[in-house]
Amino acid sequence: MNGWTALDRFLQTDPRDVGCGEAMELLHVYAELAATDAQAAQRYPFIAAHLAACGPCGEDFDGLLAAIRGTTE
Amino acid sequence: MGAADQWVQMLSRTGPQREAGLARLHDLLLRIARSELRRRSRQLRITGPELDDLAYQAAADALLAIVAKLGQFRGESRFTTWAYKFVIFEVSVKIGRHFWSNPTVPMDAEDWERLPGRLGADPAQQTERRELAGAVRRAVDENLTPLQRKVFVAIVLNGVPMDALVTELGSTRNAIYKTMFDARRKLRAALVANGYLNDQTSRHS
Repeated sequence: MNGWTALDRFLQTDPRDVGCGEAMELLHVYAELAATDAQAAQRYPFIAAHLAACGPCGEDFDGLLAAIRGTTE
Repeated sequence: MGAADQWVQMLSRTGPQREAGLARLHDLLLRIARSELRRRSRQLRITGPELDDLAYQAAADALLAIVAKLGQFRGESRFTTWAYKFVIFEVSVKIGRHFWSNPTVPMDAEDWERLPGRLGADPAQQTERRELAGAVRRAVDENLTPLQRKVFVAIVLNGVPMDALVTELGSTRNAIYKTMFDARRKLRAALVANGYLNDQTSRHS
């Protein structure tokens, strides 16, 4: 990938992206759905858009998913 | 009664039942904090007792937040999933804070020629590197607010993790993300207006 393509990709923003606050508000619901249902991103496209763009929230999502899969209530 | 209701009831009471509930929840949170820190160990340069200390701090702070926000749990997920969200977030906060104990680069250093590499581009030719770095620097100088510039330089040029920047600026993750989001939009519009990028794809792709 050349520098201009990489720059363009980095600068692209998704209008569905709701930001960290709203995504974190529902992250537990989204993560539980994602753990069992591949359609989570279709049901919550605004959360999926944010997690794809925000490294820290994406990392928290991966951690929450790992916690759900590694434990039971 | 479901498991979630049992948790809420136990933590809402007073006396020995509540204390037992808090202790049980703390144990769960500590276990998750430890496994999350192990999972993210590549971001840290610490191990052993110091790492375990971060796990204890994250579990304790998450427990406080959960108790304070217990009334906000609406039963949309298992109680433990909701609770784990707090401890995972606290682990992120602790990792962000820990970054400043041994930062790899000053937050405000400005080596613009490292920009293509920071964006994940293949090593480019010298002329392309210079053209790209110059165009972005001009767009940054002419279009971003002082705060947007500071955040852009710290995160993009210097690789400061967002949660570390949140700590340094006394801000929130949401506010810093929004600042970067707006900066990205402004920069793209400026680079399109100046003919470096077009509306759909990059000129040079």
